[in-house]
Amino acid sequence: MENISNTDYQNIPGWGMDADPDNEPTYPMKNYTGDDHNRINYERSPQQPVTVELLKSNERPAPSVVFGTSVPPSGLSGAIRRYAFRHSEDRYRHWIPLIMADRVNVYEGIISDIKAGHVPNFFSEWGWKAEWKYNQKAFVTKIAFATLAAVVVAGVLKRKK
Amino acid sequence: MLAMNYRGPYRVRAEQRPMPEILHPEDAIVRVTRTCICGSDLHLYHGMVPDTRVGSTFGHEFTGIVEEVGPMVQNLKVGDHVLVPFNIACGKCNFCKQGLYGNCHESNTMATAVGGIFGYSHTAGGFDGGQAEYVRVPYADVGPTVIPPDMDPDDAVLLTDVVPTGYQAAEMGGIKKGDTVVVFGAGPIGIMAARCAWFFGPSRVIIIDHIDYRLEFARNYAKCEAYNFRSMEDPVVFLKKITDWYGADVCIDCVGCEAEGNTLQTLTGRVALMQAGAATALQWAINSVKKGGIVSVVGVYGPPFNYVPIGNVLNKGITLRANQASVKRLLPRLIEHVQSGRLSPKELITHRIPLEEVSDAYRLFSSKLDNCIKTVLVPSSKA
Ligand SMILES: NC(=O)c1ccc[n+]([C@@H]2O[C@H](COP(=O)([O-])OP(=O)(O)OC[C@H]3O[C@@H](n4cnc5c(N)ncnc54)[C@H](O)[C@@H]3O)[C@@H](O)[C@H]2O)c1
Ligand SMILES: [Zn+2]
Ligand SMILES: [Zn+2]
Repeated sequence: MENISNTDYQNIPGWGMDADPDNEPTYPMKNYTGDDHNRINYERSPQQPVTVELLKSNERPAPSVVFGTSVPPSGLSGAIRRYAFRHSEDRYRHWIPLIMADRVNVYEGIISDIKAGHVPNFFSEWGWKAEWKYNQKAFVTKIAFATLAAVVVAGVLKRKK
Repeated sequence: MLAMNYRGPYRVRAEQRPMPEILHPEDAIVRVTRTCICGSDLHLYHGMVPDTRVGSTFGHEFTGIVEEVGPMVQNLKVGDHVLVPFNIACGKCNFCKQGLYGNCHESNTMATAVGGIFGYSHTAGGFDGGQAEYVRVPYADVGPTVIPPDMDPDDAVLLTDVVPTGYQAAEMGGIKKGDTVVVFGAGPIGIMAARCAWFFGPSRVIIIDHIDYRLEFARNYAKCEAYNFRSMEDPVVFLKKITDWYGADVCIDCVGCEAEGNTLQTLTGRVALMQAGAATALQWAINSVKKGGIVSVVGVYGPPFNYVPIGNVLNKGITLRANQASVKRLLPRLIEHVQSGRLSPKELITHRIPLEEVSDAYRLFSSKLDNCIKTVLVPSSKA
């Protein structure tokens, strides 16, 4: 059986009879103009030149007119991101690799810091000063528990050896 | 220039970075005067948003002075003090033309499910954000709005996100005169949603959270009832009971994916990442609204999916409405509300911290320390 052609649908008995233009659940967020039916054929500004590696969603044909150029993909995390972008936004195999890449990227960040002669100051980056100032008791307890847990785990591991 | 720099979950610092440049003829470069940390930034800070790259600068709520404009910019001139909506919007695509500035199709290459947002991961376009001394602002003729001369810049910076988001949360609720409205979350967004709900004429506004100082703040600022869900055996039953066993007319989710209060949601959503965060507040909203009621969602959830009782949405005939706020669409009305004195956003600001101390500022807001509601970061090069 053939699909109905695009020009025939208006001959279907009753076509459009009950259409109610006021039945627009997105109002007032959306000021319905009917332009949606022109799809992506709207007027566009000139394209921002692509000067960095840009990973594009495969659910669109071309890059958006403007885009951010900050931290292009690089290293192992970059390779994982490139893999992720072979799959659509519908797929877990798009999003899970991206989260994995983010975690790998943290280690790459530490390595690149050290290579640049900068040993990251974790305590200051974690904002522990704020915890110390406003949340001393809970904070000290938390640290104490974490240290205790680490000591216990280390002890157990040692005994196993 | 000095800029916030993301190093990994819970790790950020202020660091020197190259100055931003004009990359498109409709760009402007803005020297930031004020920039806020938002609950949305916490989702990034906690490592919940996929494709948040180390080295990125966050920040989507900022005001600043125009330093440089691209050759095609017509409405802005160097020296203008502007507030910049958090959405990056072209003004020309079908979505922008219909007022959906939060859903622009020409500001995000990396994902079609979300428009471009300043400093909000590569999933939202890979733009550097405003928690810096300078920032690149694309489509400078569309979003940025000159701050009216009589307006306090502290009010202006909250018009870039908090006020429009809170207002649209209420607007999407389709509130009728006499309605009972329940707002989940007493962060800046929930507090503003509760305050703005009154513009639509309800007879009761109720806010739910588990942090007492925030509930107290909301009670005073938004003139609403405030309840702590930790003191309830079952929040849904509690809400049914206080609405004459009928359910609220409108429920608003201002919490998003880092909700607390339901162990299964927390374990699957925030620990095991088997869903895009915990959908506890949304679940409560759906289950405590009346049949035929409206649930409005502005709390942010991640891209793949969440466990929500969609069967109850069907069986109760609930209307679900949600979006990123369309800041530009709402600005004229909201500027009126602020200028007339009906709305005083700046009262939400509890902390003012130099950009240099960004690590502590994030921790303070994330851990809800020192009765923090809203934090403003101030770059030192401020005029
Ligand atoms: N749609 C938009 O345009 C838009 C814009 C800005 C922010 N947001 C989103 O709005 C949400 C709130 O932002 P915020 O700045 O107020 O953040 P916030 O973190 O300061 O506030 C969230 C509040 O929710 C409370 N909470 C946690 N679990 C809860 C539950 N089960 N029930 C009720 N309250 C609960 C927390 O204690 C906290 O006070 C975030 O998800 C943010 O990303 C959306
Ligand atoms: Zn925000
Ligand atoms: Zn657009």
